[in-house]
Amino acid sequence: MDNLLWIFISALLVNNFVLTYFLGLCPFLGVSGSLETSARLGLATTFVMLVTAVCAWVLNTYVLIHAPYLRLICFIVVIASTVQFIEMLIKKLSPALFRAMGIFLPLITTNCAILGLAIFATNRGYGFWEGIVYALGAGIGFTLALVLLAGLREESELSNIPKLIKGTAMNLIIAGVLSMAFMGFAGLFSSA
Amino acid sequence: MKKNEFHEEFIKGIWRDNPVFVQVLGMCPMLAVTNSAINAIAMGMATFFVLVGSSFLVSTFRHLIPKQVRISCFIIIIATFVTIADYTLLALVPAVHKELGAFIPLIVANCLILGRQEAFASRYPTKLAVMDAMGMASGFLLALLSLGSVREILGDGALFGMKLFGENFEPWVIMILPPGGFLTLGVILLFFNWFRLKKDEFLEDVAAAERGGN
Repeated sequence: MDNLLWIFISALLVNNFVLTYFLGLCPFLGVSGSLETSARLGLATTFVMLVTAVCAWVLNTYVLIHAPYLRLICFIVVIASTVQFIEMLIKKLSPALFRAMGIFLPLITTNCAILGLAIFATNRGYGFWEGIVYALGAGIGFTLALVLLAGLREESELSNIPKLIKGTAMNLIIAGVLSMAFMGFAGLFSSA
Repeated sequence: MKKNEFHEEFIKGIWRDNPVFVQVLGMCPMLAVTNSAINAIAMGMATFFVLVGSSFLVSTFRHLIPKQVRISCFIIIIATFVTIADYTLLALVPAVHKELGAFIPLIVANCLILGRQEAFASRYPTKLAVMDAMGMASGFLLALLSLGSVREILGDGALFGMKLFGENFEPWVIMILPPGGFLTLGVILLFFNWFRLKKDEFLEDVAAAERGGN
């Protein structure tokens, strides 16, 4: 039980996917313009991550033992089909959300956070429940980083900033400061 | 096909449409592995191989790939090349491979590569597509290298493992840690913004002068 909690907190804060591993930066910088969209994208990504974790576990346990060199291709095909399925689902259920996410929904497929999750979980030899908890932590951590940046960006839209620094440059510097703040969590477990 | 056109496709990736500094694509490997110049070069070369290889295949088979499943096809082609690159690096430079770790398989998820297949390779003839891929990949390599050098020099006081400064240099450890990546790239983009603003002002001045002259 302790172990599961540790995995969760570690993926959520200490080794936050976006701010420490630089995974999933494209949506992080692209979609984080508004709080609403980033929260929804975060949820969608978390969901895809959970599905990915289950798929990765099944593939690792039953298929890839026999052919480890197919790992990458297998993962990516399974993830791509899952995302395609979710895309169809969202298009059907909520056209507004579909429009809001625009190009970034198909790009969840090429979201490194998703593939990174599958690969990290495999490298660390996580079992079924560990994988699920890891995915949950990583997904919520991703959402957290996305929402934090979106909040800061919305705020900065209204303030008077030099034209020079506007845009991606400023977002990256904000992300740098956020990342520094998250480094503070690194000491969370070393003493315990 | 004029020679000029090939030239143009190649150059645009390096400067005008630089994948990192202008289009802001492929950020994940960009920031994650650039804590030293050597890592940056290894990642850049691997990406170069994957991008050129998959652009060649995609563009050659562009009439055979059905529209509806094109993304999946592209991804399988890319994943194959990445697997080749992964095993090649493991055989040739095991130390670097260990350092880059999970980020080699993650080349698959580099939006730059899929972006080029979708936007360019699947629409243009093979020769042009290869030129475009080579230009984009060189631009990416250049960006990785500049970021990696800056971070290694500031964070470690060294370049390619050679110490540059005397004993008294206090390294900015933060630069080789994750926040340093964000900050360095942010500052480089600032420079690009400044350059673009200056250029716009200059063009406006020229236009105003021309109007005045007439």
